[in-house]
Amino acid sequence: MADVFIVGVGIHPFGRTDGLSGLQQGAYAARQAMADAGVEWKDIQFGFGGSDASGNADTIVNELGLTGLPFINVKNGCATGGSAMIGAWQGIASGQYDIGMALGFDKHPRGAFNAMPAEYSLPDWYGSVGMMVTTQFFAMKLQRYMEHHGITSQSLGRVSEKAFNNAVHADHAWRRAPVDIDTILNSQMINDPLTKYMFCSPAEGGVALILASEKKARELGRTSVRVKAAAVRTRPPGSFEVFAPCLDIVRGGAPTLLASAAAYEMAGVGPEDIDVAQLQDTESGAEIMHMAENGFCADGAQEEWLAEGWTQVGGKLPVNTDGGCLACGEPIGASGLRQVYENVVQLRGLGGGRQVPGDPKTAYTHVYGAPGISGVTILQR
Amino acid sequence: MIGGRDRETGRIVFPCPIGDPRFDAVDLPSRGHIWSWTIQRYRPKSPPYIGPEAFEPFAIGYVELPGSVIVETPLTGIPFDAIRIGMEMETVIIPIATDAAGRTVVTYAFAPVDEDKAHG
Repeated sequence: MADVFIVGVGIHPFGRTDGLSGLQQGAYAARQAMADAGVEWKDIQFGFGGSDASGNADTIVNELGLTGLPFINVKNGCATGGSAMIGAWQGIASGQYDIGMALGFDKHPRGAFNAMPAEYSLPDWYGSVGMMVTTQFFAMKLQRYMEHHGITSQSLGRVSEKAFNNAVHADHAWRRAPVDIDTILNSQMINDPLTKYMFCSPAEGGVALILASEKKARELGRTSVRVKAAAVRTRPPGSFEVFAPCLDIVRGGAPTLLASAAAYEMAGVGPEDIDVAQLQDTESGAEIMHMAENGFCADGAQEEWLAEGWTQVGGKLPVNTDGGCLACGEPIGASGLRQVYENVVQLRGLGGGRQVPGDPKTAYTHVYGAPGISGVTILQR
Repeated sequence: MIGGRDRETGRIVFPCPIGDPRFDAVDLPSRGHIWSWTIQRYRPKSPPYIGPEAFEPFAIGYVELPGSVIVETPLTGIPFDAIRIGMEMETVIIPIATDAAGRTVVTYAFAPVDEDKAHG
């Protein structure tokens, strides 16, 4: 497979944007990414893109121009953005194309995602009794993890506090005011042990990436960021996922373990080589569990990591440098690509107040979501 | 409670899949231990939730039924601050709502083991 470069990135700020559809926010991001790459829409040979709740991404041609390019829709839950990027990466790595776009956008209603049992092949009573609630799953996975690995509520608070502190310096973030740890810990309990400030919210936003072959990247003078790995995996037997009326007593792996291992192998690097990481933080405990699932520390070691500030911007492995989902919100189709956007910013050294010091060279992204899917990318400067 | 046993692998699932020839219906143990838990502090969206409009927080959890399967369930008969992983629980039937015809709708749930009954 040939090398692939990210030659342009664009983002529509996350949060709430009245008057702009999800698709329009995607188009905004696409225009910005093309300007960043120094190309025009007519130069883009193909695209992959998707949204979860804002319609088909291929209608982007109505916004950007009827050039006749092939544009493939991706609908892959929380891994939609990651899958779009993999599609674009494969198109170029295979030698078929020289330049293409990965696009993700979304616009969700306020409040928790509303799911119906029949959509998940579950009996109606499951929803009737009040168990068709995503936040319960996160809380119960975390509750057991905390008990087994000695994780405290203080650590949950530290993750959220870091997210809001980082977002102060990220133009595209939604919640950009610092929140102190006491406020986080004492805010309204949503699903024990998680309080209001420990959950991300559904949101809006769009992200576009322009990927190119080495030849094209040289032509454009944009060879600074290389895609070393992009992998998506579905769940193995015995994993613990949302909306599960039963679990096997013999517990198994997790989709993140598979995606992570595949990405490290593809890139030829290990967790010790990563300089900055964006990890799925649907709630603050998810970031903690994902630190271990992605190989960065042992189960339980997160207590020390967080107490010592090792995942802060100046720490030994900065995590979620733009505030992650906690501060940016989660427009499902765009969320995974936001992580890649942030890593490109970091690798270019343009992070401003949130820039990771010491010229980071290798950057990692990780998304996870329903119904048990995970996507990992590794970029290198 | 009735689960389904996979005829080939012996794996037990809950609820028992209806009309799936791969599974035989099997009675699940009525006792087990709390595997994990949380408190639902806000009213779930309706539909699908049918509980009362005047919402009161409720406990849910996973209960491990030894040698069988871990089931997701409402937890009842216990103060929220007394819930612990590993606690012994048993199946009970509780009311969840009243339907349009005025009938009481019930669900399975798990409550702490009643020691008097257990030793009586």
